[in-house]
Amino acid sequence: MLAIFAVQLTLAVLVTSVFACIQYRPLLFFSSGHTNNWAVLVCTSRFWFNYRHVANTLSVYRSVKRLGIPDSHIVLMLADDMACNHRNPKPATVFSHKNMELNVYGDDVEVDYRGYEVTVENFLRVLTGRLPPSTPRSKRLLSDDRSNILIYLTGHGGNGFLKFQDSEEISNVELADAFEQMWQKRRYNELLFIIDTCQGASMYERFYSPNLMALASSQVGEDSLSHQPDLAIGVHLMDRYTFYLLEFLEDIHPSSKANMNDLFKVCPKSQCVSTPGHRTDLFLRDPGSALITDFFGSVRKVEITMETINLTEPIQQTYSYVDQLPVSEIIHQKPKQKDWHPPDGFILGLWTLILLVFFKTYGMKHLKHIF
Amino acid sequence: VCVRVCVRVCVCACVCVCACVCVCVCVCVCVCSSVPQPKDDFQEELVIRPLHSGDIYASFQFRTLWETDFMRGNKVSHYRLFPKSLGQVISKFSVRELHISFTQGYWRTMQWGQPFLPSPPGAELWVWFQDSVTDVDGTWKELTNVLSGIFCASLNFIDSTNTVQPSASFKPLGIGNVTDHRFLRYATLPREIVCTENLTPWKKLLPCGSKAGLAVLLKSEKLFHSSFHSQAVHIRPVCQDWQCKTTSWELRQTLNVVFDLHTPGQGKLEWSLFKMFSRTLTEACPLASSSKIYIDITDDPQGEQFEVSPATHLLSQAMVLGDRRTFSVYDLTQQITFGTVRSLNLLIRWKSRDMLRPLLHAERYVAGYGLQTGEIHTLMYNNHPYRSFPVLLLDSVPWYLRLYIHTLTVTSKGKDNKPSYIHYQPSKDRVRPHLLEMLVQLPPNSVTEVTVQFERALLKWTEYTPDPNHGFYVGSSVISSLVPSIVAMDTNSTREQPLFSSFFPCKEESSYFMRVYTEPLLVNLPTPDFSMPYNVICLTCTVVAVGYGSLYNLLTRSFQIEEPSPGLAKRIANIIRKMRGVPPL
Repeated sequence: MLAIFAVQLTLAVLVTSVFACIQYRPLLFFSSGHTNNWAVLVCTSRFWFNYRHVANTLSVYRSVKRLGIPDSHIVLMLADDMACNHRNPKPATVFSHKNMELNVYGDDVEVDYRGYEVTVENFLRVLTGRLPPSTPRSKRLLSDDRSNILIYLTGHGGNGFLKFQDSEEISNVELADAFEQMWQKRRYNELLFIIDTCQGASMYERFYSPNLMALASSQVGEDSLSHQPDLAIGVHLMDRYTFYLLEFLEDIHPSSKANMNDLFKVCPKSQCVSTPGHRTDLFLRDPGSALITDFFGSVRKVEITMETINLTEPIQQTYSYVDQLPVSEIIHQKPKQKDWHPPDGFILGLWTLILLVFFKTYGMKHLKHIF
Repeated sequence: VCVRVCVRVCVCACVCVCACVCVCVCVCVCVCSSVPQPKDDFQEELVIRPLHSGDIYASFQFRTLWETDFMRGNKVSHYRLFPKSLGQVISKFSVRELHISFTQGYWRTMQWGQPFLPSPPGAELWVWFQDSVTDVDGTWKELTNVLSGIFCASLNFIDSTNTVQPSASFKPLGIGNVTDHRFLRYATLPREIVCTENLTPWKKLLPCGSKAGLAVLLKSEKLFHSSFHSQAVHIRPVCQDWQCKTTSWELRQTLNVVFDLHTPGQGKLEWSLFKMFSRTLTEACPLASSSKIYIDITDDPQGEQFEVSPATHLLSQAMVLGDRRTFSVYDLTQQITFGTVRSLNLLIRWKSRDMLRPLLHAERYVAGYGLQTGEIHTLMYNNHPYRSFPVLLLDSVPWYLRLYIHTLTVTSKGKDNKPSYIHYQPSKDRVRPHLLEMLVQLPPNSVTEVTVQFERALLKWTEYTPDPNHGFYVGSSVISSLVPSIVAMDTNSTREQPLFSSFFPCKEESSYFMRVYTEPLLVNLPTPDFSMPYNVICLTCTVVAVGYGSLYNLLTRSFQIEEPSPGLAKRIANIIRKMRGVPPL
């Protein structure tokens, strides 16, 4: 009889625990991170010798489509047409490697902004959503506060700017302000920013909005290098960072558990020659807990259940979207303490020059007033 | 065993009941719904015409006919074969006719003859709106934006600076009695590139997509590796019967491609479907009521110079482009066409053949030197030995080439040829382009030359494209005419005929309609040196700094006499003497 009582007790405990789990499920479901994924992929360079930038962007487009983000959620901007360019010996193809195995252009590609439409103004309008009313849906970034957005930029850049089509630039301040507008309008949940240009790390220095993670292919003062030329096509096919990034992404499948720490390890200095950098201080979660598929794929949280979950009982805490993120803590966050570096050679030299000129003009007799 | 008893206008619902494991009995219950489903019909066809230069011309046409009414407040919500995106565009913007084409390459009339459906290089869009539209310009702008999203093209660059309203060319190709040209808009973008991203959404408009039927052959890697590639969408209302009691909407998607003889490597006059498209056909589109391939064997029906395999006994004759031509027909809806291997790979072999000289063809070029002035020459050739016929020339020149219309001359055979109708709308800077329409009578067997001088304008430095040294494009001229035909044309448009011969409506028996496009022009405008603002700022700042600085010093510095400083030894001695308290040297 004791055995029966013990069995009944364990059964009761099990049932209550299972019941408690079911009760927790709606809470877990509503407190999960994102519900949809978007990608904005931009190639900013024109002319045939910038073939590699279009190949970069198309490789990321291909990976993102393969992992599940549909064309309606991808805004692809290509500043020039390489595939059907008359200089291309193999029309309608863009290759990433000189063995010509992988045609990253593919057979099912939809380019939303092409040619002269890729301008700084259009890019910022897509990000902030301030588009004229007649813009079609495929050209809009219709994200909400539960969207994870991947933004990939490639082209020619410098310290603090990125060149668009040889005629205009976007500065890192403008980009940071655009992301702040997006945050204030709640146009993203989390944003991953990847840039593959020379001195790319300068583009994410000025970010100040929360939930941003940034990766760049090179530090300030370094150039991002291209991978290899192809003698038949005549130009360099791809940049090193994106080449190794594509290699890494080809191993990712929709149910992969690889996280951002693996992404930071892509293309070390031995392969890339430049030093890739990343920035995670504005990201609220631990990068190790952010999956690659959170940004590159479109994995939905689907929980299949056979039981009925009673949602009429009030959930303990009301989850309004805005309240889930500790906004006040973020806004009043103290700026990160920057390490003190001794002044570099230029500043020292400048001060020496000023002092020399001063003393030459006014003579040594004034020294005693100083000392 | 399924037994179906249906009345044609009723909607039938089938209920399958499984009596036992191996026998399924279907019982159909006919329920007549209150609103009859409008009839829609889909046909697909491919015409292959070997050209005398060894190239081969393939023309695909996909036609969907739908007996519905988009206008008069009808809300159409059930789409079957007709693509929903285009249906919504027609009803929202009150479009009566829409013609859009994307072309890569230029059609060489003298080498290839006349195309079934002509198109200019780049993108061309012309639309007839319904007369219920109040603001045509606003609707046009919205329509171009929506189409740019549907076809992944930069059609949003179409605005008032490149849109014209032709008064005589581009009359409606479908039914309709509204000919007020205020409802017509025509624009071209000669710079527009065509690539896979335009083909992808075009293929998605087809009922079978690119999964079955003739669309299986449309692979971008082969289609864009050609001398000429053009894809188009044409929407217009047509009559269903002779009295025109019922009208239906017709959507035609056409794709014309000319494959170059020398591209695949070998120079033999031998082509097969696999060589052209890298695919073979295995089935027709199940939704198509007719799916046919026509091969033009007119020049050699006996088969001596010309060989087609697998052979077929189906022959058909059609009146196309003023000529009676014979075609071998392959019907893909018949299983026997695919033979035992279940796939169809047509092989065409022929020896070199002569070509009939096209009756009408045109050329255009820019003459002159320098970056200030120039002259546009348009040449129109009438190759008919004894008949003359009138042609309508439409020229739309951008505002930055300022035409001097007083220098317009039209000469044929050395003599002045005065046009019987001229419509000229001058341009307005940054608002609208020049529009010149003329009706010119071309004498038989002659060349007519139209020349006009122009001056190039200076653009503002923000108006230049990112690559201004490439040049600026001027769209093709359009020459439309009714060309006298050798054989009597068929004016009964509702008779069953192949799609390629029924595109342009035929009103008279003795002539047929033809449209010829000239080459687009590439003109260099005087381009500034874009590094000059930077240079000017540097120079100015240097001059100001040096000049102002020197002037300031001269004005404010006072000069004092100073004794020359003693040498180093004397200075050291002075320091020691100071330390000792002794007066210096």
